Amino acid sequence: MYNITALLCGILFGCGLTISNMIDANKILNFLDITGNWDPSLALVMLSAVIVTWIGYKFVIKQNRPKLITAFVLPTKKNIDAKLIFGAALFGIGWGLAGYCPGPAITALGLKLTDAFYFFIGMISSILLLGVFSLVYKK
Amino acid sequence: MQNFTPVSALIGGSLIGSSAVLLLWLNGRIAGISGIFHGLYPYQRKDFLWRLLFLAGLIIGSQIYYLLPQIHFIPRTNYSVNLLFLAGLLVGIGTKLSGGCTSGHGVCGIARMSIRSFTATGIFFIFGLGTVFFMRHIWGIS
Repeated sequence: MYNITALLCGILFGCGLTISNMIDANKILNFLDITGNWDPSLALVMLSAVIVTWIGYKFVIKQNRPKLITAFVLPTKKNIDAKLIFGAALFGIGWGLAGYCPGPAITALGLKLTDAFYFFIGMISSILLLGVFSLVYKK
Repeated sequence: MQNFTPVSALIGGSLIGSSAVLLLWLNGRIAGISGIFHGLYPYQRKDFLWRLLFLAGLIIGSQIYYLLPQIHFIPRTNYSVNLLFLAGLLVGIGTKLSGGCTSGHGVCGIARMSIRSFTATGIFFIFGLGTVFFMRHIWGIS
């Protein structure tokens, strides 16, 4: 059941990204281009997503546990460190270069968009690169 | 602002939020795509399938594009492959280091009132805006 609900949540999420056209990289770049022909759609997508999540989470957090597993798995880190700032900066640069963040890029694979495919190869390569890096660093 | 699509933005955003709420309520998990993606490696048997299925769900969800002709957009086809690969690499590394992306920090983290997520979201927006400004108005591409 746990896996089925994960699949269904993924489908719902993918529908949301597709209906809002967030899988169109040009739409993202047009949002980030405030001095050009600005398209504010992304702000409304995020705003409505945050409001629904904020209200829903308030209810969910009051429950003792999730329905299908013994405990919530929530982020534990509270402090702002260099990794957070540096990582967010790198992510922002990559986002602006291609107009893709992870969700829309993976969703767009379903429409066989070659742009999303090349971007996704880069994302997979990052796992390998980080893996090698952490091996070297541990020594 | 002739490309502004407020109705589909609000519908899509609400669906994204609903998915995030359901995933926490049922599965006890944060709907952060980069976190779900990075958690696939290193492989852990009990923590693998749900991640893969969620990501497969994204791809299945995209098929609504073919059911609703209103969603139509013209796919970008002439973009630099090198740039796309580099961007994917930066997004992969950046989200691993900062522990989230637009969904994990930008939606779920902000909904949880996390200071880390507010900070990360502010930073990636500033760098995204800066990068597009440089690309379009100084370098003159994309």
